[in-house]
Amino acid sequence: MAQEELVRLEGIEKSFGSVRANRSVNLTVRRGTIHALIGENGAGKTTLMKILFGLERPDAGSIYYAGRKVEITSPQQAMALGIGMVHQHFMLVPSLTVAENVVLGHEPQQGLHLDRQAARRLVQEIATRYGLAVDPDARVRDLSVGLEQRVEIIKALSRGAELLILDEPTAVLTPQETEELFRVLKSMVAQGKTLIFISHKLKEVLAISDAITVMRAGEVVGNLKTAETNEAELARLMVGRPVLLRVEKGDARPGQPALEVRDLWVADRRGLPAVRGLSFTLRRGEILGIAGVEGNGQTELVEALSGLRSIERGEVEKDGRSLKGLSVAAIRRAGVAHIPEDRFRRGLCGQATILENMIAGEHYGMPFARRGIIDWKEAAAFTETLVKEYRIKIGSIYDPASSLSGGNAQKLVVAREFSRAADVLLVSQPTRGVDIGAIEFIHRSLVAKRDAGAAILLVSADLQEVLSLSDRILVLYEGEFTAELDPKTTSEEEIGLYMSGARRMDLRAKAGGISA
Amino acid sequence: MGFLSNILNLGLVVAGIRIAIPILLAGLGGLFTLQANILNIGMEGMMLFGAWAGVFVSYMTGSVWLALLAAVGVGLLAAVIFGLFGVRYRCNIIVAGMGLNLFAGAFTMYLLRSIFRTRGSLSDPRIVGVPTLTLPVIDKIPFLGPLLSGHSLLVYVAFVLVAVVHYFLYRTPTGLRIRAVGEHAEAARSVGVDPARVQFLAVLISGAFSGLAGAYLSLAQLRMFVENMVSGRGFIALAAIYFGRGTPVGTLVAALIFGLAEALSMRLQTLGFPSQFMLMIPYVVTVAVLIVVSRLAAVPRRLKLPSFTEEARE
Ligand SMILES: Nc1ncnc2c1ncn2[C@@H]1O[C@H](COP(=O)(O)OP(=O)(O)OP(=O)(O)O)[C@@H](O)[C@H]1O
Ligand SMILES: [Mg+2]
Repeated sequence: MAQEELVRLEGIEKSFGSVRANRSVNLTVRRGTIHALIGENGAGKTTLMKILFGLERPDAGSIYYAGRKVEITSPQQAMALGIGMVHQHFMLVPSLTVAENVVLGHEPQQGLHLDRQAARRLVQEIATRYGLAVDPDARVRDLSVGLEQRVEIIKALSRGAELLILDEPTAVLTPQETEELFRVLKSMVAQGKTLIFISHKLKEVLAISDAITVMRAGEVVGNLKTAETNEAELARLMVGRPVLLRVEKGDARPGQPALEVRDLWVADRRGLPAVRGLSFTLRRGEILGIAGVEGNGQTELVEALSGLRSIERGEVEKDGRSLKGLSVAAIRRAGVAHIPEDRFRRGLCGQATILENMIAGEHYGMPFARRGIIDWKEAAAFTETLVKEYRIKIGSIYDPASSLSGGNAQKLVVAREFSRAADVLLVSQPTRGVDIGAIEFIHRSLVAKRDAGAAILLVSADLQEVLSLSDRILVLYEGEFTAELDPKTTSEEEIGLYMSGARRMDLRAKAGGISA
Repeated sequence: MGFLSNILNLGLVVAGIRIAIPILLAGLGGLFTLQANILNIGMEGMMLFGAWAGVFVSYMTGSVWLALLAAVGVGLLAAVIFGLFGVRYRCNIIVAGMGLNLFAGAFTMYLLRSIFRTRGSLSDPRIVGVPTLTLPVIDKIPFLGPLLSGHSLLVYVAFVLVAVVHYFLYRTPTGLRIRAVGEHAEAARSVGVDPARVQFLAVLISGAFSGLAGAYLSLAQLRMFVENMVSGRGFIALAAIYFGRGTPVGTLVAALIFGLAEALSMRLQTLGFPSQFMLMIPYVVTVAVLIVVSRLAAVPRRLKLPSFTEEARE
C-alpha cells in the first residue's frame, strides 16, 4: 500500500433544514485507486461528493487535496484542482453535438469563431486514449444513455480531471455497457487517474474497486479493503441488518386475461418503428417479464400502453374495453398504474412538493377533493402514511421533490403507483438507483400485488431482476419478441442469446401460446 | 384577371418587403433572447425608444449616421433596464417587459410635449431620413430592378444581418453558450458558464436590434415621429421569432409573410373593401401560419410511417 493519499475529507458536516445529510464524515482516497462509496438511499453519498466538487458548501470540516488544505467553493475551482464529476443526472445539452458539449465553457477559438476542428480533435484524442469511442459530430439527443455517459466522462477528462467522481454510473447501463465502462475505468486507473465510484450494486463494487467506504444515515460506518470483504458483510453494514438477496415467492396462479395486446406498432421519437407488431396477453395474478437490451422498444411499448405515446396500429384492450386513443388520465382511471423508467422526466414534477407529487393524478376526486376543492389535510395524512410505510427519507412533505436523493425519488413514485386501486401495473426499472434494503421491499410488494390478483408487466434491464420476479419472460429484440421463456428452466446465458438476436423462436407459429 | 393583377403585382411585393423590415430587424435581435430562453415582450418599448432617439438626434444634428447610432444606443439602454429587472433581479419577466413598454410610450410622449411643445407627432424638414440606394446595372433590369433596387439603406443592412446573425449564433463560442444556456441552464452552469450573464447579453443584443428597427420606422419608412408609432410590431416580431423557431432564416421568412399580408390588406382597403375586415388580415394570417407550422412540426413522424418497415432495417 505505497499509494499516497490524494484526497482527505475531515469532519464534514452538512444539514438541509432538519435533515443531517453528512455527520462528521472522514474519507481518505489514495492516488491511482478506485474507491467505492456505498450506502442506502439518502445516506449522504451524493451530498458528500457535491461538497468535494464545490456544488455544496459544508457546514463544517476540511478538505485536503494532494496534501494541501483547500477551500472548494465552485465547480470551476474543483476542476482547476483536477477534480471532475459525472452526475447522477447528466448535464448535457441535447440539441448540441458531442464536441460542442465537451468544449462548452472552454471553447477553442480560431479568430472569431469556434474551432470545430480542434474540438473534434480533442474529443477523438481522449476517446482513443481511454477507449471511449463516440462520434464527435453526433447530436447528444440521438445518443443512448451509455454514450451520453461517455460524453460526460470525456467532458471531465478534457478539463484535466485527475480525480473523477462517478455517481451511480451503472444505474442506467445495460450489462454490456457496464462491462465496457469498467474496461474504460481500468484503463483510466492504469494511466494514473483516481476514481470515486458510487453504486448500489454490490457485485460491481466488489469487481471493480480497491477500497470501499460504507455510509449510513450520514455517517461512515465502515472502511474496508475490497479483497477482504464480501457481499453479505457489505449488505449488513449498509442496512444495519441481514438482507435477503433473493426473492421469495410461491408459484403464480394466472387467472383471467387483464390486458390484450394485438399487433401493436409504435413509433419512436424520430418516427421510426420501435415496436413492430407485438401481441401478448397479460393475465391477472402473473408477473410477465420483458427482457431485452435497452433501446429495443421497451420504452415505447410501456409508453404506448400507458397512453403517453400514440399507437400507430394495433389494439390494446383491458377487460375487453379498448384503451387505444384514450388519454393518460382515462387509462389511469381504467385501473392501470405506471412506474416510468425515468423518474424525473415522467415520474415526478421536481418543483412541486412531495405532497403534491404523491396525490398527483388522484387530486381531482375522492378522497382528496370534494366538489373541486382539495382537502389538504386528508392529502397530507395520506402522504405521511406512505412516506412511513415506504421509508422514504425526507425533510418535510412540503419540500420540493427535487430535494430527494435519487433512490428516494424512485420510492416516491413506487409508493404512489402501488397505493392506487389499479389491477394492471406497468412497471419499468422499478429498482433503478434503489438501495438493497428497498429493493427487497419493492420486490416483496410486487409479489404481494401479484398474489392479490394484479396483472404486472415488468420491464427491467437487470436480468437477475427479471429472472427472479417473473412468472413468464418475453424477450424483446428490435421491437419484436424473439422468445417466450420459463424463468424456472432458462438461464441468463440463454436469455442473452435471444436478447442479442443471435437466436429467435418462431413465435408466430405458436401465436396461440402468446396471444390466447 | 385585370382586377387580380391590380392586387397581386410587383408593387405589392415591394411594399411587403418594406413592411417586413422592422419586424425582421427586431426579430433578428429578439431571437437571441428566445434562444437564451427569455420571454422578451419588451421589444415594443425598445423599438419606440429607438424611433424617438433617431428622430431627435437627426433633428438636432442633421446627421442620419449619428441618429442611427443614437437609436442603437438608446435601444441598448432600454435593454439594460429590462435586463436588470427581468434577468439580474429576477422580477417577473412579463411585468418587466410590460413595464418597459408602458414607460416607453409615456416617456416619449412626455419628451415630445416638453421639448417640441407638440402632441401626436413631430415632422420637420430638419429631420434627415435614411438614404435610399440605387443599385447600378440591376436597376435597369425590368422585373428585378424595382424589386431589388431603390430601397432604403436599412433594407439591405437587414438582409446582410440575417447572415451575420446566423454566423454569430452557430459559429462562435458566444453563440454556442447562448444556445446551451437556453436549452439547459444547469448544464451550462456546471461547466462554468454563468446563465444570467449570457441571458443579459442576449437581452442587450435584442435591444440594439430593436433600436435600429425603431429608427427604420421613424427615419426610413416615415421621416417623422408619431406617438406609439410601433403599434404592435414588437409583438409581431416576437411571433415571427417563434414561427421561425429562433432561427435567423425562419424569422426572415416569417417577417416576409407578415409584410406581404399587411401590404395586401392595405391594397384591398384602397380598393374599397371594408377596412375593419382588411385590417384583420395580417393578424389572421399570423395566427393561421402559426397553426400550420406547429402542425407541420408534428407531421413528419407520421408521414414516415407507411414505409417504415424498410427504414429501420437498413
Ligand atoms: N437540496 C436539498 N434540500 C433538502 N434536502 C436535501 C437536498 N439534497 C439532499 N437532501 C437530503 O439529504 C439526504 C442525503 O441525500 P443524498 O442525495 O446525499 O443521498 P444519496 O446517498 O446520494 O442517496 P441515493 O442513493 O438515493 O442517491 C437525503 O435525505 C436528501 O433528501
Ligand atoms: Mg445519490
